[in-house]
Amino acid sequence: MSRLTLALSLLVLALAVLSLVLGPADIPAAEGLRALLAGGEGPVPLVMREVRLPRMILAIVIGGSLGLAGAAMQGYLRNPLAEPGLVGISGTAALGAVLTLHTGLAALWPLALPAGALAGAGLAVALVMTLAGPRGGSLTLILAGIAISAMAGALTSLVLNLSPNPYAANEIVFWMMGSLADRSMLHVWLALPLSLLGWAMILPLGRGLDALTLGEDAAGSMGVSLTRLRWLLVLGTACVVGAGTAVAGAIGFVGLVVPHLLRPLVGARPSALLGASALGGAAMLLAADIAVRLVLPERDLKLGVVTALVGAPLFLHLIYRLRKEGL
Amino acid sequence: MNVCTDQLAMMLADPGQLLSVSAFATDPRMSSMPEEAAAYRVNHGRAEEIYTMRPDLVIAGAFSNRQSVDMLRRLGVEVVVVEPAYGLDDVPDRIREVGRALGQGDRAGRMARAFEERLARLRSGRDDGLRAALYYANGYTSGGKTLAGQILQAAGFRNVAEEVGLSNGGTMPLEVLAMTAPDAIITGRPHAGAARAEAILDHPVVRALRAESADMVVPDTDWVCGTPHALDAVAALREARLALAAR
Amino acid sequence: MTLLSLHDLSVDLRGRPILADITLEVGRGEFVGLIGPNGAGKTTLMRAALGLLPFTGHSSLCALSDAARARSVAWLPQAREIAWPVSVENVVKLGRLPHGTGTRRMDEAAVNMALDRMALKPLRHRTATRLSGGEQARVLIARALAQETPLLMADEPIAGLDPAHQIATMEVFAGLAAEGQGVIASLHDLGLAVRHCTRLVLLAEHRVLADGRPEEVLTPERLARAFNVTGYHAQSEDGPVFQPLRVVRDNDPRD
Repeated sequence: MSRLTLALSLLVLALAVLSLVLGPADIPAAEGLRALLAGGEGPVPLVMREVRLPRMILAIVIGGSLGLAGAAMQGYLRNPLAEPGLVGISGTAALGAVLTLHTGLAALWPLALPAGALAGAGLAVALVMTLAGPRGGSLTLILAGIAISAMAGALTSLVLNLSPNPYAANEIVFWMMGSLADRSMLHVWLALPLSLLGWAMILPLGRGLDALTLGEDAAGSMGVSLTRLRWLLVLGTACVVGAGTAVAGAIGFVGLVVPHLLRPLVGARPSALLGASALGGAAMLLAADIAVRLVLPERDLKLGVVTALVGAPLFLHLIYRLRKEGL
Repeated sequence: MNVCTDQLAMMLADPGQLLSVSAFATDPRMSSMPEEAAAYRVNHGRAEEIYTMRPDLVIAGAFSNRQSVDMLRRLGVEVVVVEPAYGLDDVPDRIREVGRALGQGDRAGRMARAFEERLARLRSGRDDGLRAALYYANGYTSGGKTLAGQILQAAGFRNVAEEVGLSNGGTMPLEVLAMTAPDAIITGRPHAGAARAEAILDHPVVRALRAESADMVVPDTDWVCGTPHALDAVAALREARLALAAR
Repeated sequence: MTLLSLHDLSVDLRGRPILADITLEVGRGEFVGLIGPNGAGKTTLMRAALGLLPFTGHSSLCALSDAARARSVAWLPQAREIAWPVSVENVVKLGRLPHGTGTRRMDEAAVNMALDRMALKPLRHRTATRLSGGEQARVLIARALAQETPLLMADEPIAGLDPAHQIATMEVFAGLAAEGQGVIASLHDLGLAVRHCTRLVLLAEHRVLADGRPEEVLTPERLARAFNVTGYHAQSEDGPVFQPLRVVRDNDPRD
């Protein structure tokens, strides 16, 4: 294990513990952790096991997924602007989830929710990759992203506005900005298997992505099957983004910020960036989720607000730098 | 053009006096009197449709669309704006106010007195210390300064929202709800169509609390408006409390 | 032993014939200069041979599995692409990808050898993307060398290098051939091609117009026919010298 991996793992661990002991209910840290491990009667174990634990697990799983998907997409498109949220994959996943919820499919079959999000995400990844081409030019990538995001956002709003439920329309914000508030272990079980499947598809792609540093031709001649790489990447990204979005809404910028910050630390090698970004993404989402609880605990501040506040300036900076190099 | 004033107007108006009620009044999820409302023409609170009915008077709620109210006034229609009832003690005043506007002062006076008498009857009884939580979609709760909170109090329950400082109501995080461990948890009836907002009522924490405490699903309709129906909610809750205390 | 064998290889792109019925064999010890005017299909021929383009006919390399091909031939594309700010050493290490894991010591030796051959040792820890264009080109050649394959195919490897590095690179390639490997490189500098290649293949008019020792291939007629130039050819005490002289306008109706 490299020193960076160790440091990131410790960071994730520390933030995970912090996430467990912080919350609107005043529970002493030691008592809370004891109740979490030992269980028992009363409200404290209930709070620890059914409210804070799933929230912590989901932050790690979804943050890790977003970091990983961002690093993998950037590696494939060889473009630091590729990010699941920005190019509309999260938005389309949210649309898929919303459709299964409001057609009643999700009520008939619980797995329909992540399946719908997976289908949405898959469609968007495929579309982005087709539009942006194998060597994703920044301009095409961003334009494709704007178009796909706008379309997905509009359709999501339409579905929610048409719902007979008076609360549905208020949820547009949740689906577009994401939140981990009041999630339960049920959501963990919905998201975890699909996320693990996606990780299993993306993590071994490191060598292929490394080879792609030298372009498609060079990679192809070094024994990398580009067709296989592309398929695994599309499916893997769809799995992890779909699973995360189905239970927590579309959370942007994690996949942009984390690989960007970690790239210099791993010598810019796409393979080394995959694992590091997964850990970094988990840390970032844990931190963001702690922040929304500390800053405005009563208001259910959305996660996407925090990640965008950090990510959007960085995004502008990246565009500025790429513009200097010529898009 | 307001679901609450609609109901008061339906109770107080002479036959033929009331022209139209809002669409919400016919919605069984929001109104205590959907069957009665079905007999009237329906409006959606838009100035244009209300104006073309040529009414002499429009009764609006304080939260009705301001633009529509202003437009109607500009068009020369008399509009009476009735404040919502913020507590049970406001209800008789609202009844009299709508009655005055409709020229049915006597009928309104009788109804208001009946309300006060029934309320006083329901309020009597000893405090057995049972604590209840009102919990709605999005984790919202109501405190003692709200109509729903007063209904709860009138029924003899102590409201846990007061304990955590939410006397005006507001969002009560799940874990705070869990820590208060109420004796009864009162939720609204879910609406048709899925909504994440209502999914919180199926959260394992809420389910666990329901299993340990008395679980009451009370139709929202009697809680929303300051009408004599609010006392039906008080009565229903009082029954539930007595049953709980006897256990 | 044959390292590459093409038989009746034809390529059509968007309905237009680019190459027709190319038959070619390259063996160990050969440094083949692939020459021809712009658009003659030099790049296309190499990419098709590698299976990177759809074609008809037979290519021995394309018949291999992905992994086996990656250990048989190293390919240096013309587009000099280094997408991320990776260190020079790490770029060169990419050449070891086809050899799998668990060959660490051999990998290190191959990387060191490649860096040494391209005189990159002083730049080893520099960031590749911050180097000059010519330096980047040498880094990429080193990457292909580190792949340690019997055959090396390079598309215009010396374009944009300074004279010293052009000559040094040609000498490296000639050295590889002398050691028993095979090298195929497309070249525009006929002078360097004549001096260093053991064999020239002249592509023109969709086919192999000539194939043989440099002085046999570059006859005045073929120079005029394929390149529209005349050339000066001499044998100096320092080896053969060739210099294109002037453009022939045999297609010009005013002549």
